[in-house]
Amino acid sequence: MKAKLTALLGWVDARFPLTSSWKTHLAEYYTPKNFNFWYFFGSLAIFVLVLQVLTGIFLTMHYKPDASLNASGVPVAFASVEYIMRDVSWGWLIRYMHSTGASAFFLVIYLHMFRGLLYGSSRKPRELIWLVGMFIYLALMAEAFFGYLLPWGQMSFWGAQVIVNLFSTIPLIGPDLSLWLRGDFVVGDATLNRFFAFHVILVPLVLLGLVAVHVLALHAVGSNNPDGIEIKKNKDANGIPLDGIPFHPYYTVKDIVGVVVFLSAFSIILFFMPEFGGYFLESNNFYPADPLVTPPHIAPVWYFTPFYSMLRAVTINFFWIDAKFWGVVTMGAGTLILLFLPWLDRSPVKSIRYKGPIFKTAVAIFVICFLVLGYLGLLAPTPLRTLVSQICTVLYFAFFLLMPIYSKLDKCKPEPERLSG
Amino acid sequence: MGCDDKVDCGRRRLVLATATVGGVTGIVAAVPFVASMLPSERAKSAGAPVEVDISKLTPGQIITVEWRGKPVWIVNRTKEMLDSLKKVADKVSDPNSDKQMQPEYCKNETRSIKPEIFVAVGICTHLGCSPTDKFKTGAESGIDADWQGGFLCPCHGSTFDLAGRVYKNKPAPDNLEVPAHKYLSDSKIVIGIGQDGKAA
Repeated sequence: MKAKLTALLGWVDARFPLTSSWKTHLAEYYTPKNFNFWYFFGSLAIFVLVLQVLTGIFLTMHYKPDASLNASGVPVAFASVEYIMRDVSWGWLIRYMHSTGASAFFLVIYLHMFRGLLYGSSRKPRELIWLVGMFIYLALMAEAFFGYLLPWGQMSFWGAQVIVNLFSTIPLIGPDLSLWLRGDFVVGDATLNRFFAFHVILVPLVLLGLVAVHVLALHAVGSNNPDGIEIKKNKDANGIPLDGIPFHPYYTVKDIVGVVVFLSAFSIILFFMPEFGGYFLESNNFYPADPLVTPPHIAPVWYFTPFYSMLRAVTINFFWIDAKFWGVVTMGAGTLILLFLPWLDRSPVKSIRYKGPIFKTAVAIFVICFLVLGYLGLLAPTPLRTLVSQICTVLYFAFFLLMPIYSKLDKCKPEPERLSG
Repeated sequence: MGCDDKVDCGRRRLVLATATVGGVTGIVAAVPFVASMLPSERAKSAGAPVEVDISKLTPGQIITVEWRGKPVWIVNRTKEMLDSLKKVADKVSDPNSDKQMQPEYCKNETRSIKPEIFVAVGICTHLGCSPTDKFKTGAESGIDADWQGGFLCPCHGSTFDLAGRVYKNKPAPDNLEVPAHKYLSDSKIVIGIGQDGKAA
């Protein structure tokens, strides 16, 4: 029996790199031995991606992207989500898994990105991993935005209205561009159908491709670690890093623990507070979309609010162009500036463990600003809140733009030769 | 691209020509796909003008009608409402309606054809939310003690006066859009075709 299986494997290996791929990516992918808590989120992100794809497939079996009104005067799309929630067997579970999964995805990704910031994982030679990761993040934002329109509730509708109109602020081509994006004079059936196409085909394909590139690039360069030093510098006689352990079984087992803990927390939210107090599913979205009535308070879902605050923070006209265009520019720059992180940090060390007080203070200010911006983005604007968000926006950008200066001035500790554990 | 003795220049030119033709074909082939995302003929015809009967609109009242899927307000303004427009003229950013947010025949103090009847697209010029009417004046409005009546956008807090003029230092850059409209009779207006016969 065993001989036959070995022969079969040989047959496959002669035709497809099965054993060698297994070795390159799992059994003989040598990873630093000192991964800590922050290293759960990469594998968790892949786990959540699979969860979203699977639940999404089953949701499309019942969902209808149709904005026309049914016999009872309710939009068909809205009614089909209600149908999934009430009449489809276990439909409520699958839908809540998908909606909770969206928030979980962003939480995991934000923590994953923050890990990269803490330990300098974006720096040479991992710049491309970081860039591809940022493209994943941008694709994820697009995916979440397109998906949020589909239930065709009030928040879906007005959220999409606001975001599509962001494009209309671009001088000259703006109004025509947003008309093209909507496919109608207002967000309507045409918009819903194309967003459905983007959400279920276009962006998931792009995401899967980017994730593959992200992992391949990582496995070519090798993982960074909490010490921010290269394990490939110290190898044994067989060329295996002295501080490296094979990804499988060591980190597969560790990551399974991470998945179990994650699923425990996920299940508590899923079963006991799937709307999460209006932060995961907003109460206004339980009303069908009404193009003639804007809800009294519009806020995006929590994972967009830091950037939404930046959009609102800009109230001054520059040159001949309106403040609202600069608000859009600020919001876009707020996300895109992250792309440059690998080149902004000029510190001789990568990991925050060996960085000095200036960098640590800067990171603390950055985190506080990001959280405050996120919180303010959930609330209605007042003059004081606008002022606070203006200050936080300036500090957010200062963190990145001044990094080449303060990361050089900082007093760093010497990096160790080998992993400190 | 250099062309020396080592390369077959004829073949290289052929490669270039093929790549160019292939690239142009690719771009041309994208046209139908990009164009398919524009508003369809049905969506365009749904943007036809609408007629509204305003005979039952009493002073101080507002009605909302749908045109091209957008809310259009028709307000019958009282004398006090019209007087408030002068009081706030120094607080709004474009008091004389210099920006093209209304047809020529509405570029006046009240931004309307008849002073009391105000027609505007109820979409905030910031990011397209629909402002709510706040006709109560003073502290009762919940905005501020000097409030003279107008509109408040719930999304980002822009405020407009009773002629749809935006207050200074608000996120919205422009006054509310006054659509092309004309009177068929005293009690009937049509939205989407202008007094000058021009379509919107």
